[in-house]
Amino acid sequence: MPIQYYIYLCLALFSIGVIGALTRRNVIIVFMCIELMFNAVNLLLVAFSKMHYGIASISDKASTVGTDGQLFVFFIMVVAAAEVSVGLAIIVMLFRNTHSVDINFLNRLKN
Amino acid sequence: MSKLVYLIPLFPLLGFLINGLGRKSLSKSLIGIIGSGTILASFVISLLVFFDVKANGASVIKLFNFIQIKGLIIPFAFQVDQLSSLFLLIITGIGFLIHLYSTAYMHEEEPQHFGRYFAYLNLFVFSMLLLVLGANYVIMFIGWEGVGLCSYLLIGFWFKNNNYNYAAKKAFVMNRIGDLGFLLAVFWLIFKLGTATYIDVFAQVGQLSSFDITAITALLFVGAMGKSAQIPLYTWLPDAMAGPTPVSALIHAATMVTAGIYMIARSNILYTMAPGTQSLVAMVGLATAIFAATIAIKQNDIKKVLAYSTVSQLGYMFLGLGVGAYTGAVFHVMTHAFFKALLFLGAGSVIHAMHHEQDIRKMGGLKKYMPITHITFLLACLAIAGIPPFSGFFSKDEILMAALAKNPIYYYLGLGGALMTAFYMFRLYTLTFLGGFRGTHEQEHHLHESPSAMTIPLIVLAILSVVGGWVGIPELFAKDAHSLEHFLAPIFAGSTAMAEQHHLEPSQEWIYLLGSTALIIVVIVYAINSYKKYQPTTEESTGLGVVLENKWYVDELYDAVIVNPLNAVAGFFKNIVEKYVIDGAVNGVGKLVGYGSRQLRLLQSGQVGNYLLIMVLAIVVFVLVWFNDITIVYYLNRLFN
Amino acid sequence: MSTTEILFFFLSALALFSASMVLISKNPVHSVLWLVVTFFAISGHYILLNAQFLAIVNIIVYAGAIMVLFLFVIMLMNLNQQNEPQKNLWMKLAGVISGGCFLMVFVSLVRQALEIKTKVAMTTGGDIGLIKNLGRVLFSDYVVPFEITSVLFLSAMVGAIVMGKKD
Repeated sequence: MPIQYYIYLCLALFSIGVIGALTRRNVIIVFMCIELMFNAVNLLLVAFSKMHYGIASISDKASTVGTDGQLFVFFIMVVAAAEVSVGLAIIVMLFRNTHSVDINFLNRLKN
Repeated sequence: MSKLVYLIPLFPLLGFLINGLGRKSLSKSLIGIIGSGTILASFVISLLVFFDVKANGASVIKLFNFIQIKGLIIPFAFQVDQLSSLFLLIITGIGFLIHLYSTAYMHEEEPQHFGRYFAYLNLFVFSMLLLVLGANYVIMFIGWEGVGLCSYLLIGFWFKNNNYNYAAKKAFVMNRIGDLGFLLAVFWLIFKLGTATYIDVFAQVGQLSSFDITAITALLFVGAMGKSAQIPLYTWLPDAMAGPTPVSALIHAATMVTAGIYMIARSNILYTMAPGTQSLVAMVGLATAIFAATIAIKQNDIKKVLAYSTVSQLGYMFLGLGVGAYTGAVFHVMTHAFFKALLFLGAGSVIHAMHHEQDIRKMGGLKKYMPITHITFLLACLAIAGIPPFSGFFSKDEILMAALAKNPIYYYLGLGGALMTAFYMFRLYTLTFLGGFRGTHEQEHHLHESPSAMTIPLIVLAILSVVGGWVGIPELFAKDAHSLEHFLAPIFAGSTAMAEQHHLEPSQEWIYLLGSTALIIVVIVYAINSYKKYQPTTEESTGLGVVLENKWYVDELYDAVIVNPLNAVAGFFKNIVEKYVIDGAVNGVGKLVGYGSRQLRLLQSGQVGNYLLIMVLAIVVFVLVWFNDITIVYYLNRLFN
Repeated sequence: MSTTEILFFFLSALALFSASMVLISKNPVHSVLWLVVTFFAISGHYILLNAQFLAIVNIIVYAGAIMVLFLFVIMLMNLNQQNEPQKNLWMKLAGVISGGCFLMVFVSLVRQALEIKTKVAMTTGGDIGLIKNLGRVLFSDYVVPFEITSVLFLSAMVGAIVMGKKD
């Protein structure tokens, strides 16, 4: 598949994530939108990894070009998992204190 | 032997460092030995250098390059020739005697201040030696500034007294005014000739236009005015009496004030080529000589009289320089150094005995208490008054004769000044040493001759004051007896060749000599007679006397014309400009930043959603700016069409 | 139109639709479920690109673990459509417009990038995405970062427990 297709797809997914983060006030939804953006980037990384592998494999069948990209995705997933666990713990704690998941209440940074 | 010349300034510098750094730990006697010993060592080497120069002629010793930039090299070099070696002898010789004297005079000081005193004294001598030895105007300027600094430090030595500090400040500021002129002259020289080295400057002096040379010499003379206390920059010197008396002796005799004479004597070719400046020098010198002498007549402070006498004598030296009698001026520097150092040290001895009483109206009759001081003081008075065969006679006569040859008016005015000199010196002498004692009982009880560390320098200087003039016996008395002139001839050769020679008939010269001597003796007798029976009166002096007592109101004039307007301007800047413009600008910037931050603070709403929105928009703007091609717009258009 | 292309467009449409539904759903639980669908679609893309390892990991970690965690939290808080906070209309419009600008700018950026015009992402072939190859590289070249991630997990775990604790 032409690489542009993947790029457009990922841009669209990413933008949807952005729009979600901008329009929703529920902290959990915003958090999910961030996960969506992660996934858009992951998909793009894999697509590019295959693109580079495809170019390299023409001359060298045993080429391992592109593994780095896929491993990067792996590490992103690892970090995302850790981030989600901590982030949700924070949200739970906030909910316990404020009884709300509205990000507009989370304006303590102002002071 | 000339190779060792760098040791001459090195010794006082070492003394300065040791005494300055160790003033809290060294004992007083050790400080005294180091302080005087270093100068003595310099004196010994100066003697060797002097005889070497006498035998082998001048040389330049280059140590290293002080400033080296494109097209300009200023070496750190020493000029060892007849003029500088003579000055070396005067500075180190008299300097040593004054150091020796100081060990006794300053003995009551605490060890720490004693050490500070000797450190300054050594630095003073070092600076003066550097000034005299430098082979170019820049090195001279270093020493020139150095003596200015040291005079400031020493005049304000007793810094707990505010008046003394003001005197020190005054000396410094007056000197700075002169220094500016000197500095401008040096820059001008470097700009026009690309060098400041004496030999090169004097060799290329023909390339200068007459305007340049007049301006340079005039600016140099401004420097000399400040340093050598000439009208209009002389007022610091009488105030400089705030310092310890040996310091006054040092300033007046060996270091500092002779710097201006030395500088003009050194640059004699420049001055000979600038007749306009030369006349200016002569006129300023003459005016100073008479002006200061008139003030001295009415002063009652023993040191003030001597101070004005120095100003007056310096005026004579400048008169000598101005009429082309360079040898005479240098000769007078030398003899003046002898008898003025002696006068100051004698005055110091008197002040020491009188427990820091300086008013001559409260002295009198000290003759029988202080025989050595009395005799030496009398010899010095005779010398400065110009009685043959004392030293002052020969040098003053030489200057006056040169003045007579140039312009008789100079001579008659100069002679008037000389008569006044004789008058005020013998007024001083009579009031101090003759008649009955007018001080308190307690003071009379404590009167005593000073210790030998003070009297020995007095005796040595007295001998020099008597015989010092015999190196310059005029041709009138004996053919080729003027050994100083022969010695200095190479220095002034260029000027002598250029200047037209005036010669008086010997018979005429005899008449002038005898006439002036007779007049001086008459004045002396008159002065002694009129003050022998002096009793302090309460009646105010009248007319001219008031004006003279108040030093022609020059200080007041300066206050009114220069100091007060400057203060007013400074006050304006302090109260208006500083307060409203500068502070306003500074505070305004502060207020502006404060206002701006208060406004910007509103952006920090703390709403995560707003931050996100701004972030996204910023990314959009960033991409648009970063890939600032028209193509983006083009593709955006295509996207929508 | 080959099978690959059909699959590609189907999965893309599915991913975009379900992603949009994440935003549109009023009920948070529905949002989570739509997000799971999105992740499945993306995993399908991975399979299409023959990145089998990542496809499986994506399903296990994202669609499985993470989304279940989300669900748990939502249920724990007892969130539902009624107490769902809503932004006002203008803020929503501003968010959509700026997100749209974002998309436009990047799309036009990609369109003017000439060097990727002819590039193709290799689908269905190539074996770098297999566990065997990735594992070899992961445990040779990337062994140190791999170990560090374990420390990261440990600290994340400790952090989550500390913060979640009732004090």
